[in-house]
Amino acid sequence: MARYRGDVEAVKALVRETEVHRDVYIDEEVFALEMEHVFGNTWVYVGHDSQVANPGDYFGTTIGTQPVLMVRHSDGTVRVLHNRCPHKGTRITTETYGNTGKFFRCPYHAWSFRTDGSLLAIPLREGYDNTGLEQSHAAQGMSAVRHVHNYRGFVFAKLNDTGPSFDEFFGESLSSFDNLIDRSPVGRLEVAGGVLRYMHDCNWKMLVENQTDTCHPMIAHASSAGTAIDVWKNAPAGAKKPMAVEIFAPFMSSYEFFEKMGIKVWPNGHGYTGVHHSIHSDYSAIPGYFEKMVEAYGEKRAKAILGENRHNTVYFPNLMIKGPIQLIRVFKPLAADKTLVESWTFRLVGAPDVLLERTLVYNRLINAPTSVVGHDDLEMYERAQEGLHVDANQWVNIQRLYDASEVPDATAVTNGTTEWQMRNQFRAWSKFMTMSM
Amino acid sequence: MTPPTDQDLIDFVLRETRLIDQHRFGEWLDLFADDGVYWMPLEWGQTDPRMTASLMYEDKLLLKIRVERLKGNRTFSQKPKSRCHHLLQTPQIEKRDDGANQYVTWTPMHYVETRLDRQDIYAAWATHTLAVIDGGLKIKLKRVDIVNCDAAFGNIQLFM
Repeated sequence: MARYRGDVEAVKALVRETEVHRDVYIDEEVFALEMEHVFGNTWVYVGHDSQVANPGDYFGTTIGTQPVLMVRHSDGTVRVLHNRCPHKGTRITTETYGNTGKFFRCPYHAWSFRTDGSLLAIPLREGYDNTGLEQSHAAQGMSAVRHVHNYRGFVFAKLNDTGPSFDEFFGESLSSFDNLIDRSPVGRLEVAGGVLRYMHDCNWKMLVENQTDTCHPMIAHASSAGTAIDVWKNAPAGAKKPMAVEIFAPFMSSYEFFEKMGIKVWPNGHGYTGVHHSIHSDYSAIPGYFEKMVEAYGEKRAKAILGENRHNTVYFPNLMIKGPIQLIRVFKPLAADKTLVESWTFRLVGAPDVLLERTLVYNRLINAPTSVVGHDDLEMYERAQEGLHVDANQWVNIQRLYDASEVPDATAVTNGTTEWQMRNQFRAWSKFMTMSM
Repeated sequence: MTPPTDQDLIDFVLRETRLIDQHRFGEWLDLFADDGVYWMPLEWGQTDPRMTASLMYEDKLLLKIRVERLKGNRTFSQKPKSRCHHLLQTPQIEKRDDGANQYVTWTPMHYVETRLDRQDIYAAWATHTLAVIDGGLKIKLKRVDIVNCDAAFGNIQLFM
């Protein structure tokens, strides 16, 4: 029996000012509605255009649970197509990457489609003469996603016609992308190093919330980061601190450190930790990098770019990016209790290789299925996914540093241990979930 | 000093996984040379551990952090503890070079890791690069290639 479909009031009642009902994490009907509405009405990250450098290059991924292809069309623009043949539904490509040449060709009956999705040819076409094929769904070819935006290489798509424009949706929050991209002396990134894929038996939103949860590292990661610090204490005097210890140690920073690092919230559920400093602030300088940045931007601007040490920027609904470490994490929803986390790394074009090397060390130590920090976090998510089935209390608390004067879609900088960004995400969730119901 | 026999190399590899299965991680760590590395590639046929991501690429310091963490009272992902089981084919001698003090074995294996009601099974090949140091064999490099290395995995918490 449907409890939420078509019932705006019931959906809205799931999100209160300082708590949310467990059904947003465990209910499959709510999950299905999220896929239609939250992942339909917002701009969802698809991929980076360096993954499809040449005409005909494609990259297979998902928007919510919908399989799509990001493809470089013959006119040089990046298109996003639904990955099914309009004839019988056959998936057109199953490889993640490839080059399809001038057209896609279905392996079942050889219907072919231009790289903008339009129907090119059907074998034995006269079989459709006078059948009215022109009026069919099939004649449209591979359905193209109508709303696609390429922001300095990062490609987003919006499945529904409802929802805000790209600029309205992201607004000033794009400054985190700018800072990441500007760290390349030529202002360009390339996907590099491979993607880590980590399966989580929990709801996708737990991961998104964790990105700005600054009261957990010193507790949940005491086992990994804390142990790293302890083991390093026994190193011989004068030994050079390895990159790995430099990466682990700041996870054990004090509450005061995280309070002072600050959190900024933006409209539509975006926000970031690390306004004033972050766990990435004290990494060693990379020889030769600053000089290249000064050459490209001048000293003042180079210092301003590298002086930003934003920690995690959350882009609602399911993306997190880092600037000082060139990586992004995509939280791909598979079911109410299943999420695939993809952690992608980037090369700063024109910068020393050591930066990519450090980013890869970070990704491996923190985001791999073999990562001890990952084990710490996943244990907490999976315990929550189970614990939420307790009927005695059906609410999750997001009250920390709540202020009754807090308004939806505010832009504000506040204490780094606030849960305002989580409330911000849920206010956005409520808005996008119900705007087309 | 007498070079190791083929049987010595085989026995070493068998004992190495036995120490893991029996949670004798301290003794296991002692099998690594001071500059020894444990490598689990992410890509099929991967050649570069530096500019390509790996699942693990760990020196002795990082391995020690793992071993200490497994013992920790606040290691909640190990409450209860994981268990594991290696099923090996007989290690094959891939290379022996007494002059260069380098010995390489290749061992197909199945690895099972369990925790609570969950059991995960992996098929892999282990390649050991060994050397005689201070009169005993030590691991210079243990490379584990999982057959589906590029698949999405849940937690892998112990050592293959």
